[in-house]
Amino acid sequence: MDQLNPHARRDEYGSRINRSHSPVLVYSIPYLTVIIGIIVPNLVLTSAVPLVPPLGFMMLLAWRIVRPGLFPIWIGFPLGMADDLFSGQPFGSAILLWSVAMIAIELVESRFPWRTYVQDWMNLSLVIAAYIFAAALISGSEIGYAILLAIIPQLLLSVLLFPIIARMVSRLDRLRLMRVKVIG
Amino acid sequence: MASSSRRSSYSRKAQYGVFTGYVLAGIGALIGAILLGISLWRPASFEGARGVAQDTISPASESAAAARTNGKSLIDSISGYLAAGTQNAELRREVELARIRLKEAKALEQENARLKALLDLNENEVEAVAVSRLIGSSASSTRRFAYIGAGSDEGIEIGMPVRSPRGVVGRILETSSSTSRVLLLTDSQSVLPVRRADDEVVAFAEGRGDGLLQIRLINLGINPLNVGDVMVTSGTGGFYRPGIAVAIVTEIVSDGAVARVVSDPMATDFVSVEPIWQPVTVQTARQSPDEALGE
Repeated sequence: MDQLNPHARRDEYGSRINRSHSPVLVYSIPYLTVIIGIIVPNLVLTSAVPLVPPLGFMMLLAWRIVRPGLFPIWIGFPLGMADDLFSGQPFGSAILLWSVAMIAIELVESRFPWRTYVQDWMNLSLVIAAYIFAAALISGSEIGYAILLAIIPQLLLSVLLFPIIARMVSRLDRLRLMRVKVIG
Repeated sequence: MASSSRRSSYSRKAQYGVFTGYVLAGIGALIGAILLGISLWRPASFEGARGVAQDTISPASESAAAARTNGKSLIDSISGYLAAGTQNAELRREVELARIRLKEAKALEQENARLKALLDLNENEVEAVAVSRLIGSSASSTRRFAYIGAGSDEGIEIGMPVRSPRGVVGRILETSSSTSRVLLLTDSQSVLPVRRADDEVVAFAEGRGDGLLQIRLINLGINPLNVGDVMVTSGTGGFYRPGIAVAIVTEIVSDGAVARVVSDPMATDFVSVEPIWQPVTVQTARQSPDEALGE
């Protein structure tokens, strides 16, 4: 008898026989990683200019693009509220901007169902740039040319970092869907 | 993966589901806009929630701060060794501190002479309310806030000045039980009355939001400032004790100067919170004229 291909009973998430996804991992990892993304910039000390990318927002966008439909469209409200507690922005700014961003991405996605990697990156770079500018405008600080110049490094860093975060999230997604639960 | 997997079909139920999602997200955005309006109108609203959140993550922040300090000193010693041994770096820092101290001493001397001439007043050293690490900052927002690991439990109150061994860092904006939020000098909403260390040239030091300070002279006319001048607190307003180093002038502009902050919070390990210098003055300034006259 021929030897059976050893990978026949496996996919990238593990053995397909007698194993299933763990509901805890499936539901907790996306939210936990966004919350971690929200908290990390708070632990970094930058005194002169805002240099750290808005990691929580970028995590949300990355999950949105890796697994469309994982987060409901209204998720900007609760997660934005969590971001407002740590970001130093006036309370409500992330609730507003994250909600608007989720609606905007949803509309773009239903308008252009077939996209390439570059198009996705470009769209989300635009979203991130608009988010950083809008956040600066409603932050309650005096907007002058100095501040607008000061956010450019953060903006470039965010745009360049996004593909890395998206790749990271796709790894986390594999962890999320790992078949660890034993059936029977 | 590129296509949206949630195109609503001919199913009524699915279409209603999508529609409800949009409505909920729209309501969320609306509530966000209202909350934003409230917090721009009254910046102190939702202070409690923020404080509790900051307190919750403060163990993580404290350990991150400790790791940061250790990492920084490691990098310092490596760079010192590469330059001319660790001692060199140590000495250089001491000389730098001494230079600031000298300027401050000069300012203090002059201040003392003036006050003594006026009032026969005796200045004595103040005791810090609390000494703490800077445990975090608003690193991704254009507002410049920092967080310290001491709060109202240690007796910290809103308005108290925060300083490092080098000079002024900022002042307390919000307190919770074990952390407080500090408005850094570089925030665009921060204004600090200063004077030149050597004489009586008075000005306001305003944050620009990009890490530098704008020095605005109060008496306009011929600009007396020079590159390299050290600005110290003047004590006007009653929050800050006079004579603490604030900034060094780096560039002269028509109505004043652009200055660099002496005490960069990134380079400081510990900060001390001092009591408000003249609580009576601050209290009076907060009162409305009617109230003050009514007493």
